[in-house]
Amino acid sequence: MAFIPHTDADVAAMLATIGVGRIEDLFDEIPPHLTLGSLSGVPEELNEMQIGRLMSERARADGTMLSFIGAGAYEHHIPAAVWAIATRGEFYSAYTPYQAEASQGTLQLIYEFQTMIARLTAMEVSNASMYDGASATAEAALMAVRANRKSTSARILVPATLHPHYRRVAVTAACNQGLRFEELPFCTAEGITPPAALGKYAAEDITALVIPQPNFFGRLEDVDALTDWAHAHRALVIGVVNPIALALLKPPGEWGARGVDIAVGEGQPLGVPLSSGGPYFGFMASRLEHVRQMPGRIVGRTLDVAGREGFTLTLQAREQHIRRARATSNICTNQGLAVTAATIYLSLMGAQGLERTASAAHARTRELVSALTRVPGVRLAFTGPYFHEAVVLLDRPVASVLKALARGGILGGLDLSGYCPELGNALLVCATETKTCADIERYRAALSDALQAARAA
Amino acid sequence: MSNVPADLKYTKSHEWVRTLADGSVEIGITDHAQHALGDLVFVEVPEAGRAVKAGEPCAVVESVKAASEVYAPLAGEVAAGNAQLAKEPETVNAEPYGAGWLMRLKPAAGALAGAALLSAADYQKVLDAEGG
Repeated sequence: MAFIPHTDADVAAMLATIGVGRIEDLFDEIPPHLTLGSLSGVPEELNEMQIGRLMSERARADGTMLSFIGAGAYEHHIPAAVWAIATRGEFYSAYTPYQAEASQGTLQLIYEFQTMIARLTAMEVSNASMYDGASATAEAALMAVRANRKSTSARILVPATLHPHYRRVAVTAACNQGLRFEELPFCTAEGITPPAALGKYAAEDITALVIPQPNFFGRLEDVDALTDWAHAHRALVIGVVNPIALALLKPPGEWGARGVDIAVGEGQPLGVPLSSGGPYFGFMASRLEHVRQMPGRIVGRTLDVAGREGFTLTLQAREQHIRRARATSNICTNQGLAVTAATIYLSLMGAQGLERTASAAHARTRELVSALTRVPGVRLAFTGPYFHEAVVLLDRPVASVLKALARGGILGGLDLSGYCPELGNALLVCATETKTCADIERYRAALSDALQAARAA
Repeated sequence: MSNVPADLKYTKSHEWVRTLADGSVEIGITDHAQHALGDLVFVEVPEAGRAVKAGEPCAVVESVKAASEVYAPLAGEVAAGNAQLAKEPETVNAEPYGAGWLMRLKPAAGALAGAALLSAADYQKVLDAEGG
């Protein structure tokens, strides 16, 4: 079924009106070598029955693995009510609520979402969401360049402890807009960014400093010292945070003397299932003084002509449908359905529920680290506090150990040897509230067996 | 009928230019422009010290229905942005030629003489042609 309502005659009439021969001519500014040409490699279409069967066969082949992988996407318990409510027709089919008079439910939900994100991060204003955590980080860097009018360098300091995918997305999205990302090294004993690493930039024009909390290794950065250094050197601060961790940790709005300027993160942990990597959503919150530099939609509360409360998109003059090429961003599609689930998740959990979830995830990870480091040949990579992930070092190459674990139905974590070869046989592990003591014991025993087998080989 | 003071110079993009006693120039948007935009809710002015080229976007005026660039009528260095407008953008609506000025500029050498600015009469013709 085609979803384009125009007939061939309609299309021909429209092309004739604007004096263009073929639809392809509208895209002639794209160099030919960049166009895809054909969709070879994409299989023929399947009908619903066939695709249903294919997918269930693939799901069976994948099996149900016991997962200890985090690294940016986290398995949390999602109350059944979350998606039962999120998939109601009123929410499920909703499009961008430009028409306030027809979209009060969606607008109110986004308004509540913004309020929850603003409170979680202790920031003044939140937008209606971003594409994902990585692109939200890239957008935050672009926003910092617009907002920091004291700086002209467009230089962004990015710790090597920020998720490597976030770093790559930020560079890809912003390098052609004149931004320069400079990597800060981490302390290999502690797995965090030493504030001393900033010393060499003291006399330079830095636009913004990115601070991940917890960082890619699960470790907690010295966020107060890093934030204060940046503000003392006229740089803005971008906090990249895990929303579940915010139930326990100091929110970015309270880091250092002034708090961060922009807080972003991946929203997936809030009620969105892992489902092969997406769709997820990003969140972004800011100081009010920078709100006009913020990308994306913002819903506001107002009064109608009769004095009744209502909700509507606000500050739209920043956006592409009004400001065209000069819009603050051309990534405006908010991840409405995932945001709907997250808002329902947060309202069901409440502040206490979120804190219990975060505490349980932290406790399970401590138990996991304690169990795994009892295995001969396994030790913790870094000293110092972590949230719900940690790096362990093995005395054998990680890849073959992970393969052996997978044969036993266990996803043992993320092999860091491709990301941080300097760490050696490093494995990033995660346990959330979904893991039991029996799960952890099963992992410990399987790891012990796998390492023994690797040594014998 | 728009107010077009005879002692100012203008651009086709609806900025006005006033030469001050010290040789610097004051720049704002015309009465016609503020009226067309409607109630202003936000004005972003440039930082002092910024070098601007003629025709470069250097300020933003945002109303409830649109956001528009303000273009530098001539090249120079920004001497001051009107900081008052951050708190009271509606001043531009109330006094476009007075307290609602946007920026003061130190013109680059020869920039003022070389700028293609309109007289009040010529700007009035632009407005008449636009139906204003």
